[in-house]
Amino acid sequence: MINLSEIFQILPLLIIGAGILLSLVLEMYSKQSEKVLPWISVFLFIIAGIYSLFSINETRMIVFHNMLSVGGNTHVFYFIFNIGAALVCLLSIDYIKKYGTYYGEYYILVQSSVLGMMLMAGAKDLLVIFMGLEIMSVSFYVLAGLNRKRLSANEASLKYFLLGAFATGFVVYGIALIYGSAQTTSLEVITAKFSALSTNLLFIVGVLLFLVGFSFKIAAFPFHMWVPDVYQGSPTTIAGLFSTGGKAAAFSSIIITLIAIFSNSAQNVFAPYLAVIATLSMLFGSIVAIAQDNIKRMLAYSSISHAGYLTIGLAAGNQDGVAGIIFYLAAYTFMNLGAFGIVAMIEGEAESNLTISSYAGLSSRKPLLAAMLALFMFSLAGIPPFAGFFGKYYVFIAAIKSDLTWLAIVGVFSSAISVYFYLRIVVLMYFKELSSELTLFESKTGLIAVIISSILVILLGIFPGSILQLITNFM
Amino acid sequence: MTEFIYLTIILPLAGFLINGIFGRKIKNACPDSIGEKVIGWIGSGVIGISFLIALFSFFETLSLPADNRQTIVNLFNWIVVGGLNVSFSYQVDQLSLVMAMIVTGVGFIIHVYSIGYMHGDKGFWRFFSYMNLFIFAMMNLVLGDNFLVLFLGWEGVGLCSYLLIGFWYDRKFEKGTTADAAKKAFIVNRIGDFGFLLGMFLIYLTFGSLNFNEVFSRAESFNIDESVFNLIALFLFIGATGKSAQIPLFVWLPDAMAGPTPVSALIHAATMVTAGVYMVARCSILFASAPAIMTVVAVIGLLTALFAATIGLVQNDIKKVLAYSTISQLGYMFLACGVGAFSAGIFHLMTHAFFKALLFLGAGSVIHAMHEEQDIQNYGGLKKYLPHTALTFLVAAFAISGIPPLSGFFSKDEILWYSFANGSFVFWLIGVLTALLTAFYMFRLYFLTFEGKYRFSSEKHPHESPKIMTVPLMVLAGLSIIGGFIGIPEIFSGEHGNQFHNWLAPIFKSAERKLITYGSHSHFEEILLMVVSVIGAAGSIYFARYIYTQKSSIAVQISKRFSKGYNLLWNKYFVDEVYDATVVNPILNTSDSFLWKIADNKIIDGVVNSTASIIDVVSQKIRKVQTGVAQFYAVVMMLGIVLALFWIIFGR
Repeated sequence: MINLSEIFQILPLLIIGAGILLSLVLEMYSKQSEKVLPWISVFLFIIAGIYSLFSINETRMIVFHNMLSVGGNTHVFYFIFNIGAALVCLLSIDYIKKYGTYYGEYYILVQSSVLGMMLMAGAKDLLVIFMGLEIMSVSFYVLAGLNRKRLSANEASLKYFLLGAFATGFVVYGIALIYGSAQTTSLEVITAKFSALSTNLLFIVGVLLFLVGFSFKIAAFPFHMWVPDVYQGSPTTIAGLFSTGGKAAAFSSIIITLIAIFSNSAQNVFAPYLAVIATLSMLFGSIVAIAQDNIKRMLAYSSISHAGYLTIGLAAGNQDGVAGIIFYLAAYTFMNLGAFGIVAMIEGEAESNLTISSYAGLSSRKPLLAAMLALFMFSLAGIPPFAGFFGKYYVFIAAIKSDLTWLAIVGVFSSAISVYFYLRIVVLMYFKELSSELTLFESKTGLIAVIISSILVILLGIFPGSILQLITNFM
Repeated sequence: MTEFIYLTIILPLAGFLINGIFGRKIKNACPDSIGEKVIGWIGSGVIGISFLIALFSFFETLSLPADNRQTIVNLFNWIVVGGLNVSFSYQVDQLSLVMAMIVTGVGFIIHVYSIGYMHGDKGFWRFFSYMNLFIFAMMNLVLGDNFLVLFLGWEGVGLCSYLLIGFWYDRKFEKGTTADAAKKAFIVNRIGDFGFLLGMFLIYLTFGSLNFNEVFSRAESFNIDESVFNLIALFLFIGATGKSAQIPLFVWLPDAMAGPTPVSALIHAATMVTAGVYMVARCSILFASAPAIMTVVAVIGLLTALFAATIGLVQNDIKKVLAYSTISQLGYMFLACGVGAFSAGIFHLMTHAFFKALLFLGAGSVIHAMHEEQDIQNYGGLKKYLPHTALTFLVAAFAISGIPPLSGFFSKDEILWYSFANGSFVFWLIGVLTALLTAFYMFRLYFLTFEGKYRFSSEKHPHESPKIMTVPLMVLAGLSIIGGFIGIPEIFSGEHGNQFHNWLAPIFKSAERKLITYGSHSHFEEILLMVVSVIGAAGSIYFARYIYTQKSSIAVQISKRFSKGYNLLWNKYFVDEVYDATVVNPILNTSDSFLWKIADNKIIDGVVNSTASIIDVVSQKIRKVQTGVAQFYAVVMMLGIVLALFWIIFGR
């Protein structure tokens, strides 16, 4: 029996779900779809995002026979996904023209990937997580290789699919073992019994495999190998979506699965595993990023190191850690999308203008873009008062509270290394002469998206306390 | 209206943003001087509305019972980390309301005046945006409910002061440029700020909070050693000496006169420089718990007052005289705080804001009329050309000299009385001596400028300033006359007592309880001392009149006879030179020969560069792992999984 009132509780999911159907029909029957679809997507994402934000304080409840949760931090995630996707769509409008052929599926696939993310963040059952994961991943595989005439895109798509399928196998295996030991897939029940189940090796191995599968999605070492190749081959805007929405969705699933650990009702048996992959991801990402001369690959390694910082929050295994992760994800989504957005705007036809030397002297040609890219770079490097600083700060504090001070120190050390390659871009833009005769494309919608991102990055940096308190209140 | 007090902060910020971002466009879009009018009235309007809000809040607070007049308006939580919880909250109480009304009220008048004064300046919009930014910072300073917001405003006003001193960055000023003067102000202030920061850290360490209410209540209830209080108060006072130009950090204020005159009036006379006094008064309980530092405050204030007044005697630059006079008057305020008469200090702060702003604006009007001439030796007889300016300047000169019943009389005499009653006869004597000197140099300035024969070339045709400048002068003159009546001492007003004192009493209640009550003195003594100082001031004025309008040869003779003393005063006791030789040059030399060439270039850069190249090499090696072969990637993943499983199965 489906209660009608329950349907309205999941309005954000309904909006996007209905949007997909509407877009499919439009794509098929309308000749104007190329012009209309992006704006419909942007509109739906914004409606769903804003609705999630304003219904954040609604009573938290679990609907559909213990399948989905409503309200609270679920809606914080919905907000991050939808606004992030709206920015991606705004950036795509002009980017796609530059990138080559237009395919109507593009926006529909973005919408369905967001639907998958929302299912992952709202899930209260392992099977719902899996369903969301698959919806998101399959959409991503297709999006990565959307331009089928381009060799690099084909490579990216195939690699992503092969390795992604490999990783998903472990998730399913993990779920099977969890079911075998706990006799349920309901997260409510698992959370209640988590402490008792922790003595069961089968259960622990199941959760570990589940974590391993998701480590792939968040791009943590040593499950990160796909990241640089896929980011480089995919459309830049889509790479932005992979690194923000995809990562945030994976973290949301990990958080709701291990919620028993974070609310201190069970011991954090996975702390060593998480601490090790956090350390390796941070250092590996930061160090290898230095050697990159393609900016998309540089951002890919940066994404690996940020996965490491975020994992510190998981390793800390307390409420502060979770609050820190959610804040960090919000900050990371907007600063990284901003950075990818500017890269997408600078990128020329046929993958030109992607080396970091293309950015030399940008400040004199495009002062606004250069200033905003500098802002995103400062924020990614974790320099106050921008959002990125407070994200790192909160997860480090959480680690220190859990007696993982060494991990926080490694984090600070890695941030120091990362400053090198982030600020190199700023130095190039401001202190070097104009290198080549760059052909720059104008993009009004892209500019709007980047400006919105920079405003959000600044706001998150000015009001970190209030936002963190909001997140903490829901836990 | 009290709950909307944050508007008094947001409005100036909005004014800053509008004029700062669109100012140039507004000016270019409108024909002639209409653009300037729009910019000027946006800038002034936001301050005017802020003043009205502050005024309404005042009346609202007045209707509350005396012990319940504190309202906290919380805007948002700023930093929440462990035990540190800092929010953007504004504390509306008796003290902050007085300050807010002075800042916005006097600020509004000076903004309006500036519309006329800055007319035709190419940086017109920039000027108003900086001025609005200043008010924004200053309002944070006076209304913040914790030390961090106060510090934010404290640094903000320092920044605006820097920007406005160097406003005419392309002009020459004395030996260098205005930019040098701006840098000097900023750097000297940093020294004070360092002290303030240390004080703040120590407060957090001792009381575990930065919130005023929490810190002050804990200061009473916690059992803390007096030496800790001594340190806290000393550090805070070092901060105050920087911002409020007291010995030994006063040297920046005379140079700050490089800025436009309305800036000198607003920032370097009426508001910003009084921030130190406000801070000391706000922390009255901390100071009252450190009696030794109270004495230091009083002595430093007294010495600064006397010291600056003597320099003021011989200076010839009209703004320089006023600058030294400001330093001297600020010394009085610290004297008041030092002897425990905090409300007297704030009272003098208020009346001083009125008459000193008036003096500066009057000087501005004269400078305006004389085409940027600032040397009083080249003035004379200007009363005929500038009647309104001359009259209002005279009112202000009487007020600062302490002639009854003008505002300065009440506030200055209250301070002198407390320095006698709570301090000692020596304090009083030096205070009165300073008052006499003050009256003398103020009237020297007045007579040399407005009376006597013309000493300027016939090419100059001085003219009275436009109404937009003279009306603000008249308003301030009115305030300088009647401003003192709210603080009529008890001996005259009888049973009601001193209204201003009563209003502020709850703020300083706990500090006063802490201070030892001194033996009571009779009304006879109070009146006697008052009469002495008034007669003295009147005598000084008469003396100045005699010298500078009738026997000008006397001045020359005296300066020749005491040429050594005169030289010492003329060169401001060589303080700048001594600082250069003992502090500035050694630091410059070490930083150039050692810190830069060896420590930075060789040691630090060497370590940093070699670390960077090592990481670079490592990075180049590791990147080879990324082969591009998907099977290899899968193998790496598999290895990771196997290791993790091994650990979880065998490691437990």
